Amino acid sequence: MFKLLKYVLADILRNRVLIAYTILLLLLSSTLLLLDDNPAKAMLSLLNLVLFVLPLVCLMFATIYLYNSSEFIELLVSQPVKRKKIWMSLYWGISVALSCAFLVGVALPMILFGMFNMTGITLIVSGTFLTWVFVGLSLLTGVWVRDKARGIGTAILLWLYFALLFDGLVLFALFQLSDYPIEKAMVVVSMFNPVDLSRIQVLLHLDESAMMGYTGAVFRDFLGTTSGTIVAWIAMLVWIWWPIYLAGRRFVRKDL
Amino acid sequence: MIIASNITKHFGKLTALDQVSVSFNRGTCVALIGPNGSGKTTLIKTILGMVIPDSGFLTFNDQNILRSWQYREKIGYMPQIGRYPEHMTIGQLFAMMKDIRNQQSLVADETLVHEFGLHQQLNKRLGTLSGGTRQKVSACLSFMFQPDVLILDEPTAGLDPVSADILKQKIDAVKAQGKLVIITSHVLSELDDLVTHVAYMQDGKLLHHLSTEEWHEQTGEERLSRAMTHLLQKRAYV
Repeated sequence: MFKLLKYVLADILRNRVLIAYTILLLLLSSTLLLLDDNPAKAMLSLLNLVLFVLPLVCLMFATIYLYNSSEFIELLVSQPVKRKKIWMSLYWGISVALSCAFLVGVALPMILFGMFNMTGITLIVSGTFLTWVFVGLSLLTGVWVRDKARGIGTAILLWLYFALLFDGLVLFALFQLSDYPIEKAMVVVSMFNPVDLSRIQVLLHLDESAMMGYTGAVFRDFLGTTSGTIVAWIAMLVWIWWPIYLAGRRFVRKDL
Repeated sequence: MIIASNITKHFGKLTALDQVSVSFNRGTCVALIGPNGSGKTTLIKTILGMVIPDSGFLTFNDQNILRSWQYREKIGYMPQIGRYPEHMTIGQLFAMMKDIRNQQSLVADETLVHEFGLHQQLNKRLGTLSGGTRQKVSACLSFMFQPDVLILDEPTAGLDPVSADILKQKIDAVKAQGKLVIITSHVLSELDDLVTHVAYMQDGKLLHHLSTEEWHEQTGEERLSRAMTHLLQKRAYV
């Protein structure tokens, strides 16, 4: 397992896109943290940036990388190696590389600028988890969709859905059903989006109720900060688990 | 050594393999021939576990290969089109394969690497290689771990005559060691002096599996290419 992981990592870490992503994150987070004199506001901007850019980069990078390593996969599948091992090495290779980029790009400036408090840690952890979730989702698309162009298209659609459409749909449902007591339902609905979960997670620590959005406010009202955090973390772990589990099951039975 | 029983595989509406049953034995060199799209590569990939059959089963040394992977230690596979990670150099690829296969008990067989002159090109990136050099890399890899079974899919396609000859001599040597060699090729003339058995596939069905003597007897032709044309024409008229 670690043997293969080593090769996957060595291959990805040389990738220019990954280096560009690290530098982009580094620049954006340092400028945000430098320019804003209100740390809470800087953190909010950083949060929005992370929630918007990170899923897109993870989805695109992981999907394209998976299609481009079809040669590598084909080579390994004919060798005495378990398919599950190949798959998990790919998943962790991409995940570890992208999380490293995230840590260097976001966590490092935060430590340097003295923002390494509870909120900062929450942002870093949920950003890392979010990376794993979206790498898992990309591998799931990659294993289901044979065609590269269609696979990348699907990945973009997934991003649109999680980053933009989901909130729109929730708002729409909210207005339509405003006569009914749907707050509890909204808490459940927010669990269906890992991006929302991360946002709530960080905002629960920020005390910026006004910025929390509807689901965030409801979350705190119903669950309180501590149990709300725990529930959100568990939901996040489920989000990490299911895409890669399904993708792995499919990969083991796939014809190559 | 390899026994396939009633292997059927569909790709959508296409039946790539239709109730194929065949056994390949030690010490033989089998030519797997047939027109394009007759299921040769699919059969090979099924043996390697790269394609999972819809029904039927395959055994390797009397062990079902479904969900098993260790048996691939005994197979050297040369794909039709060798596709390798482009950033890697030839040397890194060889080192990686040795590392991954991790068969310490055995000394890597690098005679082909030297005969093809690849040892002077170990720093070349795989992405920059020509089709022929790529084939040489595939050939070296398939022979490197001294496997009991060699599966060569169009081994000489794209090789220059000298390299093709080196490869053929290597196949001959391996055959003499009592190993099983399965070759697919469209260049039938080059198979003539190599093979001991011929398996003929068409439309996903295995139509003939004969030793070369039987093959010559049935068709009355000495050369494999003639014999195959003979068979094809006979089928067309029936």
